Amino acid sequence: MNLTRRFALAALTAAALALAGCASSDPLGGSSSTGTGPSGSAAPSGTIVVGSQAYYSNEIIAEIYAQALEDAGNTVERKFNIGQRDAYMPALESGEVTLFPEYTGNLLQWLDKDTTATGDDDVYAALQAAMPDSLTVLDQAPATDQDSYTVTAAFAAEHGLSSIEDLAKVPNLTLGGPPELQERPYGPTGLKSIYGVDVTFSPTADTTVDELVAGGIQVGNVYTADPRIATDDLVVLKDTKNIFLASHVVPVVNKDVADKIADTINAVSAKLTADALRELNKESTVDEKSAPDIAKAWLADQGLAG
Amino acid sequence: MNLFLEAFAWIFSPDRLEGDALSLPANIGLHLWYTLVSVLIAAVIAVPLGWWIGHTGRGRNVAVVISGMARAIPSLGLVILLVMLMGVALKGPAAIVAFVVLAIPSILAGAYSGIDAIDRRTLDAARAVGMNSWQVLLRVEVPLSLPLLIGGLRAAALQVVATVAIAAYVGLGGIGFFILQGIQTRRFDQILGASIVVVVLALAIDAVLALLQRVVTPAGVRIRLTQARAAAVATA
Amino acid sequence: MTWVIDNLGLIWSLTLKHLAQCAVPIILGFLLALPVGWVAHRYTRVRGVVLSVVGVLYAIPSFGLFAVLASLFGIEYLSPTNLVVALTIYAVALMTRSVADAFDSVDDDARQAATAIGYSPVRRFFTVELPLAGPVLLAGLRVAAVSTVALATVGILIGVENLGYLFTNGSQRRIIAEVLAGVVAVGLMAWVFDLILVALGRVLLPWNTQAPRAARTRRVATA
Repeated sequence: MNLTRRFALAALTAAALALAGCASSDPLGGSSSTGTGPSGSAAPSGTIVVGSQAYYSNEIIAEIYAQALEDAGNTVERKFNIGQRDAYMPALESGEVTLFPEYTGNLLQWLDKDTTATGDDDVYAALQAAMPDSLTVLDQAPATDQDSYTVTAAFAAEHGLSSIEDLAKVPNLTLGGPPELQERPYGPTGLKSIYGVDVTFSPTADTTVDELVAGGIQVGNVYTADPRIATDDLVVLKDTKNIFLASHVVPVVNKDVADKIADTINAVSAKLTADALRELNKESTVDEKSAPDIAKAWLADQGLAG
Repeated sequence: MNLFLEAFAWIFSPDRLEGDALSLPANIGLHLWYTLVSVLIAAVIAVPLGWWIGHTGRGRNVAVVISGMARAIPSLGLVILLVMLMGVALKGPAAIVAFVVLAIPSILAGAYSGIDAIDRRTLDAARAVGMNSWQVLLRVEVPLSLPLLIGGLRAAALQVVATVAIAAYVGLGGIGFFILQGIQTRRFDQILGASIVVVVLALAIDAVLALLQRVVTPAGVRIRLTQARAAAVATA
Repeated sequence: MTWVIDNLGLIWSLTLKHLAQCAVPIILGFLLALPVGWVAHRYTRVRGVVLSVVGVLYAIPSFGLFAVLASLFGIEYLSPTNLVVALTIYAVALMTRSVADAFDSVDDDARQAATAIGYSPVRRFFTVELPLAGPVLLAGLRVAAVSTVALATVGILIGVENLGYLFTNGSQRRIIAEVLAGVVAVGLMAWVFDLILVALGRVLLPWNTQAPRAARTRRVATA
């Protein structure tokens, strides 16, 4: 059995490596025809296809846009929770999806890794320039949902912290965040080179805020629209040296439909302030309401419905 | 060829050794540690229980039903659920509880089916020679049931290795961390590289336990494992 | 609990997606495992190799298999196709052994009797061996179906939406009820699959399983 097993393994590996020659194209973010996320059929003309990331907050914004469009008389198809940018950007470019709520800074970094823009307007301008041919962005909303370095109020008080620079005086810091943070320019390496702060990284992902509150980590990468910043008494440290790009909510649209929906969408975006977004998120996480309910209530409140 | 070469380049790059707790060797070690601890704890619970079920014949139906039900538990869901229930401070223990729950059914089945596979005539002979119940269990049933028991341990270990890889989602570390990070940062060489590492790890553990299974089969005994498995599966 | 009641629509639509993603692997897996398992049963010399290969495939962790499949077959990594192919491979791997065991368990006497009264090999296979192997085949199919339903949830990590969405979304929003609902939904779905298969078995195979006595004498530990 031992020999047979080894023979079988060797045969498998050899066959595998031989076959591997067949696939040298990039298995990530290639054409959308092999079934990435949304399945290949284009919607009937006139239908706006709204997509969203696999992020509950993004889903709420997408639902708000979708309902606003429906109230204005458009036919809307929803393709939510498509996942990573690799999965949905091709769909956007090909026209399978025509409207997608994004974030200026993060999207810019994805399109142009080496960008140097950091301020609100610079990032927006750079983003407009970097957009693929078939796509454009509408007005950015006041709301931001960007990375931040956050500590508990108690920790801030204990060490006299108000900005990221102040972290340099605290030893033995552990930073928590999504696994990708380790590789990002604004991650631990950026902290060291721009702010002179040494941290050990711990991939805490969804449990980042819980770990911060429990004391497992001292600094967390918390998204600025997270309602727990208020409810759990957290302090967002000021980014005086602009390690983070400003990242406002911005709708990415297919140029073909941009003119048709610009007015409706821009009106919605204008009312989406940072506080509003935090409140919407709170309704999802604390009140456990569903995205459609939250969206409907908010649009009604803002006088944007019907 | 391209993709695999890039993946191997990723695996063997000196960068993999940087980062203390986040280096590739450290995560491989962590992955193995979680697997070992979980399978051991599961074995301590399931092996005596399985032997008792096989020896006395009681409770087999319950055990079979539980093994069947356990297969229906989604491992990612269980890990996330337990970590959320027990709180972040107990993230490690919570994950281990999940791994143990997933490992027990295979080990239990291996233990009692190992005893079931023994020819009744051998047991009759043992009793005829004057052995009491305990002696039959310890001197005859246990040694003869070892191959199937190790088969159960093998299945459990593989299940746990696969689940530890997924548990990286709750920030547990292990090799899955690199796969998740690779997905988020769009680096396929990392995704494939880490995937290859976890596959090789699983196959290595499988090979070691397979070898152990052969070594442990008492000299001169040939047990028709397939028949025992067929019977075990048919009654499931 | 209120979360579940408020989100039944979501849970149902995810269940349907999950069902679609599991159906192909289970059916295709069974159809592919039949010939492979039969070959392992019939030709004892290749039995070892076949079962080894299948064992190796099953040992591969799902999260690791996806990238290997994407590289080997040019499938998009973050796609439902990748998930379905992986699930099919696991289903085949699981069922091949039980198919081999199923045909092994068919009483040789029955085969010989069939040949003796003049059945051709093909007729013998479909009218004697397959039905007699039925119970064990069904047992293997049940195991594979339940495992596939549970395993499919891993798809959410490569962006495929099914009941696994309830785990990651629940984790993000820290809503325990949502995660629990996902676990329960998967368990229920697996159970329903199992019940359907058992019912199918009663309809298609109304006779008893193989004679316990025959099976026992074959479980020989020759000293």
